[in-house]
Amino acid sequence: MTSHRLTRQQGEVIDRARTIAFTWNGRNVTAHPGDTIVSALAAAGERVFSRSFKYHRPRGLLTASYHDPGTILQVDDEPNVRAAHRLATPGIAVSSQNTWPSLKLDVKAVNQVVGRFLAPGFYYKTFIQPERLWPVYEKVLARFAHAGRISGNAPHLQSHKRFAHPDVLVAGGGPAGITAALAAARAGARVMLVEEEHQLGGHLRWGGSAELARLAELRAAVAAEPGIEVLFDSAVLGRYDGNWIAVVEREHGHERLVKARAGTLVVAPGLIERPYVFAGNDLPGVMLSTAARRLINLYAVRPGDRAVVLTANADGDAVVADLRRAGVDVARIVDARRGEDVVRAHGRGRLRAVELADGRRIEADLLVTATGWTAPTALVNQAGDRPVYVPRAARFVPGRDLPESVLVAGGLAGDGSLDELCGHADAVGGEAARRALAHRARKLSVLPTRTGPAPEPAQRDASPIAALPLDEHPELFRGRTHGIVDFSEDVSSADIFTAAKEGYDSVELLKRYTTATMGPAQGKLETVNTVEVLAEATGSTIAETGTTTWRPVHVPVTLGALAGRISEPVRRSPMQAAHERLGARPLVAGQWIRPDHYGDPVAEARAVRESVGIIDVTPIGKLDLRGPDVAQLLNLLYVNKWSKLAVGRVRYGVMCAEDGVVFDDGVTGRLGEDHYLMSTTSSGAAAVWEWVENWLQTERPQWKVHVTPLTTAYASINVAGPRSRELVGRLVEDVDLAEDAFGYMNVRTGRLAGVDGCVLWRIGFTGELSYELHVPAGYGLHVWEALLEHGADLGVRPFGVEAQRILRLEKGHFIVGQDTDGLTRAFSAGLDWAVKLDKDDFAGRPELVWQEKSGGGPRLVGLQPVDGSVVPPEASQIVIDERIVGRVTSSRMSPTLRRSVCLAQLDAPLAVPGTEVTVLLPDGRRVPARVTEHHAHVDPEGNRLRGTSDEPVGPVRETGTATLRSPLEAPTRAVGSAAPCEATVTDLSHLTKVHVRAPHGGAVGAALGIAFGRAVRDEHGALVVGSGPGEWLVLAEPTDVGAAERVAAKVDVPDEFVSVVDLTHGRAMLRIAGPRAADVLAKVCAIDLSDDVTPDGAALRTSIAKVVTDLVRTDLARTDLPGERGFVLHCERSSGQYLLDALLDAGEEFGIQFDSRSDDGALPE
Amino acid sequence: MIELPCPWCGPRGVSEFRYVGEGATRPDPATATPQEWRAYLYLHENARGWVRENWYHTAGCRRFFKLERETESNETRAAT
Repeated sequence: MTSHRLTRQQGEVIDRARTIAFTWNGRNVTAHPGDTIVSALAAAGERVFSRSFKYHRPRGLLTASYHDPGTILQVDDEPNVRAAHRLATPGIAVSSQNTWPSLKLDVKAVNQVVGRFLAPGFYYKTFIQPERLWPVYEKVLARFAHAGRISGNAPHLQSHKRFAHPDVLVAGGGPAGITAALAAARAGARVMLVEEEHQLGGHLRWGGSAELARLAELRAAVAAEPGIEVLFDSAVLGRYDGNWIAVVEREHGHERLVKARAGTLVVAPGLIERPYVFAGNDLPGVMLSTAARRLINLYAVRPGDRAVVLTANADGDAVVADLRRAGVDVARIVDARRGEDVVRAHGRGRLRAVELADGRRIEADLLVTATGWTAPTALVNQAGDRPVYVPRAARFVPGRDLPESVLVAGGLAGDGSLDELCGHADAVGGEAARRALAHRARKLSVLPTRTGPAPEPAQRDASPIAALPLDEHPELFRGRTHGIVDFSEDVSSADIFTAAKEGYDSVELLKRYTTATMGPAQGKLETVNTVEVLAEATGSTIAETGTTTWRPVHVPVTLGALAGRISEPVRRSPMQAAHERLGARPLVAGQWIRPDHYGDPVAEARAVRESVGIIDVTPIGKLDLRGPDVAQLLNLLYVNKWSKLAVGRVRYGVMCAEDGVVFDDGVTGRLGEDHYLMSTTSSGAAAVWEWVENWLQTERPQWKVHVTPLTTAYASINVAGPRSRELVGRLVEDVDLAEDAFGYMNVRTGRLAGVDGCVLWRIGFTGELSYELHVPAGYGLHVWEALLEHGADLGVRPFGVEAQRILRLEKGHFIVGQDTDGLTRAFSAGLDWAVKLDKDDFAGRPELVWQEKSGGGPRLVGLQPVDGSVVPPEASQIVIDERIVGRVTSSRMSPTLRRSVCLAQLDAPLAVPGTEVTVLLPDGRRVPARVTEHHAHVDPEGNRLRGTSDEPVGPVRETGTATLRSPLEAPTRAVGSAAPCEATVTDLSHLTKVHVRAPHGGAVGAALGIAFGRAVRDEHGALVVGSGPGEWLVLAEPTDVGAAERVAAKVDVPDEFVSVVDLTHGRAMLRIAGPRAADVLAKVCAIDLSDDVTPDGAALRTSIAKVVTDLVRTDLARTDLPGERGFVLHCERSSGQYLLDALLDAGEEFGIQFDSRSDDGALPE
Repeated sequence: MIELPCPWCGPRGVSEFRYVGEGATRPDPATATPQEWRAYLYLHENARGWVRENWYHTAGCRRFFKLERETESNETRAAT
């Protein structure tokens, strides 16, 4: 094979000094760095790269760019690589796709012969019936599919996303895009310039000396402008509401999604050259003028030996000069402007001759066409604009409906000389910056994270941008013969005529029927030709026919890039490590990992009934409620009454939504005069908190109640079983456990296993004597281990969620969402005893008044199959003949009763004790079951949970020093091996955290010296953070022992409703610092962390890797590394490890390390 | 993704917020008829044009607030 490589070209992008080698269908090929795979193959004389989709016709180069439909190849394990764009790299194995057995001899080319049977809609028409044969058709058709191979051994790459906040985003790095970017940056805007190719410059790259000189100037200007970030080999995928712009950044096939929130978008994609439709237009050797110019000028490749040029414009004229310089014999110039035309390309497998309109036939192996341009209006369409067809210019152009935030430059905007285009782009860039900076100034003026007045934007008036003219261009779409319109999908102009005749005469229908414009090129080459041919076929105009809709995404993107690193927060209990050691089988419940069981749930349940068991119930929601109006609030939220709950007492309550449907339940205890602790279901914790806030903020703003979620501030352990009193008695120091001192439904606070500040509830979900211990979370593992150690002789065993479900079902306690559903009003849940309709108002009351009157809805009942060995699966129907009258909501084999027990929803008339009903099992059997007297199957009288025992309580055992544990553990895998390490994460979870609530803008805020959105250091070095409106968090070193008292004294302001809650154990806290700390965060956090939006001292709350996280910017004032940025992050404790893992993953590319404990003083100076 | 103007935190991506509903007023539970109550619970105007809405800034300041949104263009502005 002879080399088609030319001597050095002025604008070439290849590095001739070096050579690289790769293989093409098993053969060795050499290339120079800078070559695309296809330019290297073309230099080696290769002309055919693939077989077409339907007819398996050989295909060659058409555009020599990303969108080239015939050069989509397999590279190693990666299918569908745009090989006319992808750079050649050493050692890759490149092969053709969709050929069998080989590219040269493709048996599927038989489709060409039978082509007349592959009419438009062929698949729809042929493989519809008989339907039962579809699996067979599918297998056969799959062999004909137009795609590469995917490998099961492909490496598992994790794509990371990042957020960006450019003022101006310029889509397209041609001369106009560059000029607009420069103008915007010079006006003070932060600019992101996105270029699809590997170099800036657009068409200047294949121009002559003047163009190349201009390009060099532009590139130098960009390099000298720090305000411009250039993304090469990247593409804007779509523009969404709020100028939310998706960009894909590529690097050798690895892709990363950039989510940019741009002030203004400048759309400057240039124009795409349009193929010409005539017979044989897809033969290898027929290519566009831009393809020939790229090959010659960028890659120094001679595209053929003897050429015919069909030209209708200046670019077509220019290619003639290029071809001649490259030594190509230009046999004929066919000037369409003079009415000359090409009617047919002849050849088998490659071009041999060109037939002209005058009948002459010219031998040639290259036919270059320059018949016009398509304006890629995708991004402006996505911004709401509808393109308009201009016959004089023979192309669609943007309409006049662009929003303020989108501007157009370059060929999309119009025609002109290079100076005219750049002059226009300069004005566009300036205007884009003006609008973006005004937008930015408006945003800065409302941010609470800044100090001082917002910066005044330069008050410049909108500068009018003179519109660019549109040059005249002949309307050339289809010649005198039929040819390929959609090269990706093998749709010909004849197919479009046929489809139109069959009635698919609207462009949107035609598109879906023929699949024209739906292939890999996605309309960029073929849309306008499709529209024109359809217009011809239907006897209408292009304007009347209209264009198809350009939707995101503009270019293909891998699913991996869209998925990114999966961010699914996981919550861990402080005892998770112990569960793993004990061999717990994990159960993911909501975001929580919980022990389902430790091997034998039935034995676990028995242990609870017979001696004592302990279960980790940390996920139970806990809300600290303070203030004089808490009782009123409880009366409003719960269906039952709360006014008379005494201090030290606990009550069970049920909440309904405003539709009367049971929404959550739990116990609430009164810890002090104005201080309550509410518990919620594990899954309802977040919703209840929001529900409470909703009432307090919108319906009852005058009430004085402060709500603080403490769910993970406490590790919660339920100690259940007849010997639980003995066990707790060995660990508790200052609470009298005697029945008369601490009876059922009471709450006490005390010291447990050496840990102060524990809350003990005497409640019993399992139906046994039990104590629910709420321990400051950092000591949770210590107390858990102490219980197991000091209960060993009592037979204590840990039990999991499954054993708890068995036990509570035996006791007949329902679970919201399991035994109720989205239609279960309170009376249907069997809560008649709890609902107090004599209260004036409570959430859901009207619906419950009406339900009581009507008696409607099903009822929750206890149910036992007559044959106790049958356990009807949950959700089994209860039927009378064929009519469904209920369903089993919970069922288990009861280890205590040694028979099956159930809860069921049953139509009210049947919900009478003793009624026999029929349960329909999934296998079709019908089994009788009886409604029981009570929900409880075991101990309906409640003797066990009020149980007294004669066993002595105490004495208190020595449990050793309580070990405080951090929620953050060093990851098991190595991180930060990359040197240098450019970010460091330090665990700050041990800091004292005092949470203050008081009116926003009041005396407390003044006393603390800081408002919402900012953080400041107090006179003792503690960091005081304005963490929310009317909300502060004070962070102090544990050695600053007086911090909490100091804060309490400071905020003790008369006439203001203030509460102070210790959150030390409730938060996981870390600091991330270092030169790339902000870059690490930009991968997981959508907030702009630049100096003006988030200056030093800024405090805000946002979502980081999908976890609600507080962020405080506290730069490190260090002498050795001046100005190093640092951020303190904290989230609720159980999500801390997940957040840490996410940050370490995000930081891997920069080099990141984790310090489990700061040794230089945790609070940054 | 649209941005919502949180009156406390400034503009933030909509994924930080939860939509609470159209700004309907809770009827007096003592006197409301079933028809009125259920209209409050279930019926929404879903108008085209500028509407008042309630939002909750879940991942931010955790305040409930009202804003106005143009349902066709997704433009937003602070509720007056």
